[in-house]
Amino acid sequence: MSRQDVFTRALLSPEESCPKGLFSHNGADPASRFAVYRNNVHSSLINALAAGYPVTLQLVGDEFFRAMAGVYVQDFPPTSPLINEYGGDLADFIQGFAPAASVPYLADVARLERLRVRAYHAADALQPDQQEIIAALQQQSDLGELRLQLHPSLATLNSAYAVVALWAAHQTGESLATLDPFHAQSALVLRNGLHVQVFHIDSGAAAFINSLNNGWPLEMAVAYALDAAAEFDLHQCLALLIGHGAITHLHTEPKVSP
Amino acid sequence: MTLSFTHSISQAQAPGLPRRAGLGLKNEHFSEVLETSPDIGFFEVHAENYMVAGGPFHHYLGLIREQYPLSLHGVGLSIGGEGPLNDEHLARLATLIERYKPHSFSEHLAWSSHGPVFLNDLLPLAYDDETLKRVCEHIDQVQTRLQRPMLLENPSTYLQFQCSTLEETDFISEAIRRTGCGLLLDVNNVYVSCINHQQDPLKYIEALPLHAVGEIHLAGFAEDTDSLGDRLLIDDHGAPIDNAVWQLYQHVLTRTGPVATLIERDNQVPAFSVLHAEARQADRFLLEARA
Repeated sequence: MSRQDVFTRALLSPEESCPKGLFSHNGADPASRFAVYRNNVHSSLINALAAGYPVTLQLVGDEFFRAMAGVYVQDFPPTSPLINEYGGDLADFIQGFAPAASVPYLADVARLERLRVRAYHAADALQPDQQEIIAALQQQSDLGELRLQLHPSLATLNSAYAVVALWAAHQTGESLATLDPFHAQSALVLRNGLHVQVFHIDSGAAAFINSLNNGWPLEMAVAYALDAAAEFDLHQCLALLIGHGAITHLHTEPKVSP
Repeated sequence: MTLSFTHSISQAQAPGLPRRAGLGLKNEHFSEVLETSPDIGFFEVHAENYMVAGGPFHHYLGLIREQYPLSLHGVGLSIGGEGPLNDEHLARLATLIERYKPHSFSEHLAWSSHGPVFLNDLLPLAYDDETLKRVCEHIDQVQTRLQRPMLLENPSTYLQFQCSTLEETDFISEAIRRTGCGLLLDVNNVYVSCINHQQDPLKYIEALPLHAVGEIHLAGFAEDTDSLGDRLLIDDHGAPIDNAVWQLYQHVLTRTGPVATLIERDNQVPAFSVLHAEARQADRFLLEARA
């Protein structure tokens, strides 16, 4: 094993002893100084996760979150120097993390928070004026064939829990006492200008938006939405998307099959 | 002596950063900087934070870059790594440099990646011929890929390697001589390492190739103790600059003349005005060094 093999292994695992061949000029135990590096690695990564998942942290408390993040860091250290991408799959880890099982909605709240980070850093796109989009829609002779291109920041989340209400309650410091987390909610996350926004949408709207993102024309997207929820309201959903700059382009030409 | 230093510095800095105090740009301060246009010599950003597709980071940096000189400081290239440099990461750096045209690019004499793992810390190197050769090859590769000279930052360390055959200062001098890169002299790192390894900071400074200094970093440290109860300083960028570091900085300026000087604060980031006050202090020392 190379020197950096040994060093890396000892940094990541607290059970490993301090690598050999190290010394302190004053004769102090090298382990007491190696501990600084080990602590830097672990605490900087745990801090990065804490910064990316503030509501997840609040739901379980700082001590629990840091202990959980510590296990994640040890099992899944970063594989890229882009730390803002680190912890992208923390929600999947939480889902399988037995000590967190008593907070069943924790993983979905983490999923929502990750969508917010992704939306924040997502690619920019020209956001046409609302009136332009409305006028363009009204001019279409064959609306059903139209494909709507959505902003790159936009994503949805379907949850069996009240994920939007839980997240929102933590933004306003609202009491969770009256909040029933055990009803299904879907979320829409997008960046409008510089601001990331979170909306509660119904499962029909989520199916509609996902269909558009998959390149389906309007008619098909509506069919999928009605399949998901018979009460899907196209007008309301389009108004939400247009009103928050989420529709960036209208494609009238048929999609070219690969 | 002073004249020849000044001459070399202007080369190391060309087209370089202004010989003034600069601040690390924190996202907490984006709006305030744009709204108040503070009198700051330059801003420095961590390259990796801006390796994102779009959004507020690029929006604000683009606007701030229109008003201020920029230093791009990498923390993820792992120049001291045993493995090859990450080509993808180098390509991302090249894209950022093309976009923002920074006045300076700098990286650390340290390693942070190993195999598939990124450790998010600046880890220490054994100073021997093999490591020197590798570090020089990596610096050559960076400078060739980015088509510009880089500055290499001296590290803060907590440990030493028994197998080291070179002093850190000799290692740095030789890397700079072989590759033609400049030196980012982190005065806080000098102080932290010298206290941790019971060395004289003034002697350490004298042993560096001061003609190659293109930028200075100043920051605060945290205090700890080792197993013998001796002072162990941690380079945490989370506190105001210590008096001892200010004094060492003033000494460095008598040897180098005025050099672009960054105030670094990455943890417990205070109000912008607090950092601005430290920048003004550095500017006063730079002005004295001009006289």
